[in-house]
Amino acid sequence: MFDALAERLESAWKTLRGQDKITETNIQEALREVRRALLEADVNLQVAKDFIETVRQRAIGAEVIAGVRPDQQFIKIVYDALVEIMGESYSPLAQADPSPTIILMAGLQGTGKTTAAAKLALHLRKENRRALLVATDVYRPAAIDQLVTLGKQIDVPVFELGTEANPVEIAQRGVAHAKALGVDTVIIDTAGRLQIDTEMMAELAAIKDAVQPHETLLVVDAMTGQEAANLTRAFHEQVGITGAILTKLDGDTRGGAALSVRQVSGQPIKFIGVGEKVEALQPFYPDRLASRILGM
Amino acid sequence: VGQGPLGRDAVEEIEMLLLQSDVGVKATDQIIAALQAKIRQETLPADQAIAYLKQILRDTLDAPFRNGYAQDFAPQKGQLNIWLIAGVNGVGKTTTIGKLAHIASQSGYRCLIAAADTFRAAATEQVKVWGQRSNVEVIANPGKNTDPAAVVFDAIGAAQARGTELLLVDTAGRLQNKANLMEELKKIRRIIDKKASNATIESLLVLDATLGQNGLRQAQVFAEAAQLTGVILTKLDGTAKGGVALAVVQELGLPIRFVGAGEGIKDLRPFSSFEFVEALLSSEVEVAA
Ligand SMILES: Nc1nc2c(ncn2[C@@H]2O[C@H](COP(=O)(O)OP(=O)(O)OP(=O)(O)O)[C@@H](O)[C@H]2O)c(=O)[nH]1
Ligand SMILES: Nc1nc2c(ncn2[C@@H]2O[C@H](COP(=O)(O)OP(=O)(O)OP(=O)(O)O)[C@@H](O)[C@H]2O)c(=O)[nH]1
Ligand SMILES: [K+]
Ligand SMILES: [Mg+2]
Ligand SMILES: [Mg+2]
Repeated sequence: MFDALAERLESAWKTLRGQDKITETNIQEALREVRRALLEADVNLQVAKDFIETVRQRAIGAEVIAGVRPDQQFIKIVYDALVEIMGESYSPLAQADPSPTIILMAGLQGTGKTTAAAKLALHLRKENRRALLVATDVYRPAAIDQLVTLGKQIDVPVFELGTEANPVEIAQRGVAHAKALGVDTVIIDTAGRLQIDTEMMAELAAIKDAVQPHETLLVVDAMTGQEAANLTRAFHEQVGITGAILTKLDGDTRGGAALSVRQVSGQPIKFIGVGEKVEALQPFYPDRLASRILGM
Repeated sequence: VGQGPLGRDAVEEIEMLLLQSDVGVKATDQIIAALQAKIRQETLPADQAIAYLKQILRDTLDAPFRNGYAQDFAPQKGQLNIWLIAGVNGVGKTTTIGKLAHIASQSGYRCLIAAADTFRAAATEQVKVWGQRSNVEVIANPGKNTDPAAVVFDAIGAAQARGTELLLVDTAGRLQNKANLMEELKKIRRIIDKKASNATIESLLVLDATLGQNGLRQAQVFAEAAQLTGVILTKLDGTAKGGVALAVVQELGLPIRFVGAGEGIKDLRPFSSFEFVEALLSSEVEVAA
């Protein structure tokens, strides 16, 4: 399974081959190639730098394993470090007791929040949990229609107060409505916003303050470039996230944004979006994404 | 790459600026090589590297205008122009259509919108709201999951009957690796070419400034499927720089036509290589020679 990366590192390996130990000098070139691979996969420059440092330290300190060539050993160190940093395998959604569990969706414009809200509701239904969707995006044209349409498709109720109401109030009344209905999960869809839009970020913080969600999920487009680190930092610092959903992984992006999101927030990526349809949600597996980022 | 009149520190700093703006490893290497060559050939003082760098970047972005693309970009009055707007999911196609419809009607064009995203939930409702905002009619098919090419066919018919000058075609978001969806886009393009053979056709790819290197792949595949003639770069009001658009211009020779910088109806501007380059390098630090 390490073939593709090995091929990539071909010339770098020449310095490692024939040597019985990984040293500071003989891994320079290999580390540069790994850095290049990470940057081509859109891992944030600073995040890549930190990762390379981790790998360098581990590689130099690594014991020589009998029968394993140092170049193979090096690839394994890179891969293992990436999987480890990517986080624990499948961290499921919070489940509050007493119910309802409150989930707040957040993120930049167009990343897939509304779609992911519906996908989560369907996912919960399959686990025999009943959800209520709450439409607080009063800004984007037809955002409420979109959520209502999706709700109908999956047979999940949608709470909305039109576009004249205040998003904080919609969220609060949505939660109250969920309690009245006796559903066990409330999923609050929010408008897309830039992390530098102070007014909109304050609105999101106010929604969070008002409803005290058990999960605040940052929805990030897997095709995002260097910006993934900046936006994650800002959302985490200003609002606080408990996890992330990485969308549009059905594309052919390498998905380096995942590493940035995970490294910067320290929070797990919980799900990935793999299509436009409401069924297209999967749990996140760190090993699969590590292979993808490294082009393996 | 580090070889040349520019010192290692300077190269590293410029590299950092470009990579952090999503210009990408390959394009960055090429730009730095060009910069080194320029300084060497013209024996320029290396401490003004940033100024030459800006010039190289602007030249790259303006190259399409030296290679047959007209610098001025506007629909031809008194005849039908069709602008096909395509791109991956969520980049801002529909919003851009809304903004374009506004500019067009403000400038006195008879304008029409084809709602050819028949797939996404409430896509038609969304584009209709945009149409209302600038009093531009939207041709849609109320049926569910209808063939988008059929909507385009109807819209061209309506445009021809009414003497429309600008028909804006909103398409569904599609990832470039989905063969069936790219086939659907090709079909839309074929219908346009066939039914409106006298029209001036522009085929514009919408790229989102937050996109990383996949943007280049998108441009390559869409260029073929939709016969792209240009690019629109959205979401430049954020802190993302949209550097991948530079790589797209460099590799595909397509001009950037507009930039989107907000969600409001007026937040669309013609592209300026000067503004783009200044913003791209705006986190610039003093570069040591
Ligand atoms: N291919 C693919 N498309 C997706 C995925 N998730 C969402 N989309 C599409 O991405 C586009 C944007 O999705 P939305 O759910 O409207 O995104 P949003 O974050 O709610 O957008 P705003 O509310 O405008 O900020 C739509 O075309 C969706 O169909 C995914 O996992 N794969
Ligand atoms: N900040 C900012 N947001 C934008 C800009 N252009 C579009 N958006 C937002 O991005 C989100 C997606 O925009 P749409 O126009 O629906 O994108 P689309 O490409 O038509 O999406 P699909 O049809 O689902 O593929 C919306 O929330 C828009 O308001 C822009 O220039 N700046
Ligand atoms: K910007
Ligand atoms: Mg939404
Ligand atoms: Mg659209």
